Amino acid sequence: MFAEKVIELLKEAERNPATIDPFNDDKIRQILEEMQSLFKMNMNDANATMENKTLWTTVQVRHSALERNKRCLLAYLYNRMNKIKTLRWEFGSVLPPDVRELLSDDEYLWFSKYSSNLASYMRSLGQDIGYNGIDLTENLKPPKSLYIEVLCMADYGKLELEDGDVILLKRNSRHFLPTSECQTLIRQGILKQIT
Amino acid sequence: MDLIDTNIALSDEDDEEEITAEVVLKTLQSAWQNERLAPEILPHRNDMVECMLGQIQHMERNINKLPKIDLRASIHKMELSRIKFIICNYLKTRINKIEKYCIPILNEERQRMETGSNYLTPTEFKYAQEFVMNMENHVKTVVLSKMPGNMQLFEMNKMAEHPNLHSHVFLKANETVTGIVLEDLAGEDEEIDLEEGSQHILQYKPIADLIKNGKVQLI
Repeated sequence: MFAEKVIELLKEAERNPATIDPFNDDKIRQILEEMQSLFKMNMNDANATMENKTLWTTVQVRHSALERNKRCLLAYLYNRMNKIKTLRWEFGSVLPPDVRELLSDDEYLWFSKYSSNLASYMRSLGQDIGYNGIDLTENLKPPKSLYIEVLCMADYGKLELEDGDVILLKRNSRHFLPTSECQTLIRQGILKQIT
Repeated sequence: MDLIDTNIALSDEDDEEEITAEVVLKTLQSAWQNERLAPEILPHRNDMVECMLGQIQHMERNINKLPKIDLRASIHKMELSRIKFIICNYLKTRINKIEKYCIPILNEERQRMETGSNYLTPTEFKYAQEFVMNMENHVKTVVLSKMPGNMQLFEMNKMAEHPNLHSHVFLKANETVTGIVLEDLAGEDEEIDLEEGSQHILQYKPIADLIKNGKVQLI
């Protein structure tokens, strides 16, 4: 059946909408091969139909299969781009190695471009009045309290706070810190909120 | 100590206007609320954002003068982080919309720029352009270039996602507006009036202009 593989690909991707699967290089190659062979058959028949109209419907059916394949492949890529975007907001500009492996090289290139575009936009915010940018990936949730109690999950080392105090983050130590300064560390899994 | 300046000079193109920090915050809050609830992108309020950022800077400097354990310091800090959240969330909502509807937004924006009534700030516009370009390059290298000859074209209008302007919104009228034409599916138009302070559920499209000029507020 035409366009069967591409449907498999989309179904696979749809199975876990919240997470990202490894890039399915193999299946995409097969789909592209299917498209090439459909195209070749169409070219042959189209030349033959010049005088003979009986093959005309066959050509049209193949052509719609080609269109469908294209549309579905683009949908697959577009969906993955959306998921990669959320990775940028969750992890920042550096991806953890296990997540990085799920992206193809081209997708990783897209990620870095997206990331630097976003970064240069954020740097430009408020530049006219002497700010050097606002990080929009902070302040994702409405602030509830100024300070929160956190548990340290890993040996991180020294952390300098905005007011100049330096604290030592050691595994299993508890701290009472300003919310704004531990958001990034919480997202990276180094701190865990316990209040 | 007075932490908030009561008067800020806001330079406008034609005349110098004096507005209070409170008004700026209120305007920003309603812009934020509208932006979050409207399906399409609204004209930017960069003037308000920058004005508020200036205020924040000013207040932060004042707070730092207070001793750390002062109660006033933590109350003001809390207030500041709320304002910062609003600004961040406002800008982020706009960025999300720009990404989602990048192609129609860019097309409309190019027309609007000719008349000088642009909705995006210059940096937002640059961001949107870059975003579309990256997307185009990505799909081209990954699949399009490997497709048969007649399939390789990147069709902008087929990739475009449009905001649903027919979705319904809750709104409150800031002033009395008369003669809003609601289109009916059957082709029978209906005219309604909004009274000041009244609340309605309406389709977004007929009232889109009223939001942009501040006559109604989305809730």
